[in-house]
Amino acid sequence: MSQPCGVFQENYAQDSSIFRTKTQWVLLALFLVILFTGPLYLDNRLMTMMTYIGITVIAVHGLNILTGYCGQISMGHAAFMAVGGYTSAILCAKLGFSFWAALPCAALMAGFAGLLFGLPSLKIKGFYLIMATLAAQFIIIWVILQLRDITGGPDGLSTARPQIGDFVFKSKASYYYLVMVFAVAATYVAKNLARSKIGRAFVAIDNNDLAAEVMGVNLWVYKLLAFFIGCMFAGVAGSLTVHYYAFASVDQFPFINSVWYIGMLIVGGMGNTVGAIFGVVFLKIIEELGSMLGPILPTAIFVPQAAASITLLLRGLVIILFLIFQPKGLAHWWNTVKSYYRLWPFSY
Amino acid sequence: MDFLLQLIVTGLALGMVYALIAIGFVIILKCSQAFNIAQGHFVMLGGYLGYTFLVSMGLPIWATLILAIIVAGIMGMLIERLTLRPLIGQSVLAIIMMTIALSVVLEGLAGLIWGGEYKTYHGVLPSLSFKVGEISLPSEALIGLIVSVIVVVLLLVFFRYTKIGLAMMATANDEQVAQSAGIKVTFVYALSWVIACIVGVIGGILLGGVSGVMVSLSEVGLKAFAVVLLGGVNSIGGAIVAGLILGISENIAAGYLDPLLPGGGLAHVFPFLLMILVLTIRPYGLFGQKRIERI
Repeated sequence: MSQPCGVFQENYAQDSSIFRTKTQWVLLALFLVILFTGPLYLDNRLMTMMTYIGITVIAVHGLNILTGYCGQISMGHAAFMAVGGYTSAILCAKLGFSFWAALPCAALMAGFAGLLFGLPSLKIKGFYLIMATLAAQFIIIWVILQLRDITGGPDGLSTARPQIGDFVFKSKASYYYLVMVFAVAATYVAKNLARSKIGRAFVAIDNNDLAAEVMGVNLWVYKLLAFFIGCMFAGVAGSLTVHYYAFASVDQFPFINSVWYIGMLIVGGMGNTVGAIFGVVFLKIIEELGSMLGPILPTAIFVPQAAASITLLLRGLVIILFLIFQPKGLAHWWNTVKSYYRLWPFSY
Repeated sequence: MDFLLQLIVTGLALGMVYALIAIGFVIILKCSQAFNIAQGHFVMLGGYLGYTFLVSMGLPIWATLILAIIVAGIMGMLIERLTLRPLIGQSVLAIIMMTIALSVVLEGLAGLIWGGEYKTYHGVLPSLSFKVGEISLPSEALIGLIVSVIVVVLLLVFFRYTKIGLAMMATANDEQVAQSAGIKVTFVYALSWVIACIVGVIGGILLGGVSGVMVSLSEVGLKAFAVVLLGGVNSIGGAIVAGLILGISENIAAGYLDPLLPGGGLAHVFPFLLMILVLTIRPYGLFGQKRIERI
């Protein structure tokens, strides 16, 4: 990527670092300060929105590793979140685990669920894999509904908010901090994972799995690893969702969410860690727009209270437009703007 | 025994509708190599169109079918032209994503126009009762069976004996050869979407008569994927056989196993279990082309 004039790399560590100039460090610090002082100036509604964005970013990072980097499309990501969420809820509510012990278990459990449904990925790809993960979505939700003694079935399962010592993450602001810590950590892990040996192997598989195999990437290991890691992120996100409501229900993990996560990747830019964040934020803004537009639609043509439908319509249209006009997503524009700014006033 | 026979007969009628939907999917796949996730949403639109024409406008069934076919044809043409045409030459995954986005848009559109409430048109369709001994077939299911059979036969004749149908088959076989033989491939693409749309809408009108119309009717499209996979993605005959198999086996499984399960709802998830089974054992389905890919 282009760097401003006068930036030289003297060793490998400098060359591979993400933040190289002082400006970048200052901007990062500024961003983090703004993010973590959020509760001071955000009102209730915006804070809920940001918490939702934080949780979704974690899930979409997982999907990005699986779909964006490794090229294995999953249409059952919401169900893997459900696995994590329910694992955490059951451990906390029925077995008396603390949230901090239940969270890793939730991540692992979701990872193993991902492994199970990722197994067919060794034989099938493309559309067939989409079908397998789509089946996973419905089968997992059905199994959760069947295991009524453990999961509460359709009634759901109430659980506790997380706590450290005596401090309970009860208020919106405290949960906001909790989610943001996890979201920043997830972004850090996702970004660096993509630059590691594992990430490069994933990209090789995405580009051409046959060639990757020939170059010594073990497809069996790495495809399953992609499913495992991607679904672990989903498990963490699911656990955070469930503890946010202090209640687990299958309605929190509908099929349409799995579709949205893919949509967020498309809008943000596949295989780009920053893109995943852009996508989540952008589609959330579209949703807010939809809920604002809903009440002012002319009821002569449309049915009243059409906010949910207009959101669907707008989000779908946005995804279609991005697919046609900018398949590389918002991240590509972001990079263009960045390099334009850095190189200005010279064009190259 | 009567219980079993009853299950088989209703399953057969349902399976025929599944087959009809799956055929729409197979036609698009064969002609334009696009996996159409939105096929179920054509069905949902069909149900709503059926409601609008039959109940809101009070038209007879034959006028409804004709009008719905016209609307579906225009819709299919627009969809192909506006969303799929710009993606020609892009990767298979981009096209799948496009149809996913399309399904979302159609769902939003339907919700916007018809609202979220449950709509039915029981008793609007002409009643044909069919009863042998203890086994009875509901009138809607019987109409579904008859219309599905007619449409399937028409399609088979169309593909076998008309010039344009043959052109479509040729395109399915080899695009470049078809092009050099003077077949306009983009027209074939558009036509395949139009036909798939029409087939889906007809399936929707029939299914809407049986189960009522809601936005969630589109989930039947997801079930039809199980049919498609079982029959082999590029086989129309396979889709019919697999549709019948799925309709019957789903009904039997739900009839006998649901009382044993605490939560029930096996019919809802059965197609997906079948899907996983097919994908792990025989990904190319019963009648599909076996494509060997060594990875």
